[in-house]
Amino acid sequence: MAGLFNWGGRKADTETVAPPPPKAASAQTPVPASERSTKVLPRFLAALAPIDSPVLLNLGPVVGQNIAFFGERLGCKIFVEDIAADLAASPPPVNEVKAFLEKRLPHTHGTIDGILCWDLFDLLDRATSQALAGHLARLLKPGGVLYAFFGATAAPITQLTRYIVAGPDSFELRLSPAPVPPKQRNVLVTRDINKMFEGLVVTESVLLKSNTRETLFRKPS
Amino acid sequence: MWKRDEAVRPPQPAPPAPSPATNNPPQAAAPRIDTNRPAERDTVNIGKSVIIKGDLSGSEDLTIEGQVEGKIELRQNVLTIGPNGKIKAAVFAKAVVIQGEVQGDITASERIDIRDAGSVDGDLSAPRIAIADGAHFRGSIDMQKTPGSSTKPTEVNKPAVETKPTALPVAAVPAAR
Repeated sequence: MAGLFNWGGRKADTETVAPPPPKAASAQTPVPASERSTKVLPRFLAALAPIDSPVLLNLGPVVGQNIAFFGERLGCKIFVEDIAADLAASPPPVNEVKAFLEKRLPHTHGTIDGILCWDLFDLLDRATSQALAGHLARLLKPGGVLYAFFGATAAPITQLTRYIVAGPDSFELRLSPAPVPPKQRNVLVTRDINKMFEGLVVTESVLLKSNTRETLFRKPS
Repeated sequence: MWKRDEAVRPPQPAPPAPSPATNNPPQAAAPRIDTNRPAERDTVNIGKSVIIKGDLSGSEDLTIEGQVEGKIELRQNVLTIGPNGKIKAAVFAKAVVIQGEVQGDITASERIDIRDAGSVDGDLSAPRIAIADGAHFRGSIDMQKTPGSSTKPTEVNKPAVETKPTALPVAAVPAAR
């Protein structure tokens, strides 16, 4: 009742003005804090859009939302190969990495239109990264594109990141605990990256606030 | 105002009268149950202890909780592989729901759903595919464009996307893990 009498008062006005901010805040909370925009993913999609039934190679864990997104958008064929999980489960000796990759990714050279590496290279050692980059470059068709993230912070990996495509220009990052003991991140500087992916050209490279470099490579036609 | 309420109440005792009327609908509902029964009959279950080696084909929806090795063809029907189901077979169906294990290629004319406990080693081919987080999958996925689709398959597919709402939540099941 006291509130009823206060309706007309100035104080009441200020009180009614005050509530909206919390409302605005609550409207913001449903938006996942881990959602990030991307300028490179649209380029990746644009490169594949003109191709009829492109072939994609996804080198991360299977994510239903991503499969649905790329499948419906591009009408593509997607190979899902969780290389990092296999390497973690049974890491091959350094001199057998090439053979492992040939066996694990037996696709004919020059048959893949797009490769999604996500942050795979952060999790691998230098030698494996080098071998994998060379193998992927051979798998790509001329004109094909490769999309990858490279962490620039030399710190142990305590959390694994899953990139869930939320839209053509945004991601949702889903974190999960990394295996113990945490591995040291394989930090690659731009020069290393360019050298590793010899035969491919960097068409887009964006340094994100998270200190991660989002990069798009293209195999010259 | 109160009087009006009271005025409304008298008819309420009448509801008992309508209740017999509602008793009639149950009678009418009885046939509904009957209509459901045949639908239930159209779904066949293969139990946990059943092992089938060879080709399996039919024109009814099928749920497999047992083991099947060979080939499964239900081109006009839904195949559900239950949590206990273990399949080593090439599968052809209208729609396939996987909660158990499958080793082999799966082709569906409408959709494939791999639930969070599902496991597939093989190639998938369907216009709509949903894979829940936590599901195991190894192989390739072919989401063909519908015939006559333009450069924007998403928009063309949308009409047939009645499955989309179901597909997204399934993919959203990730919350489970």
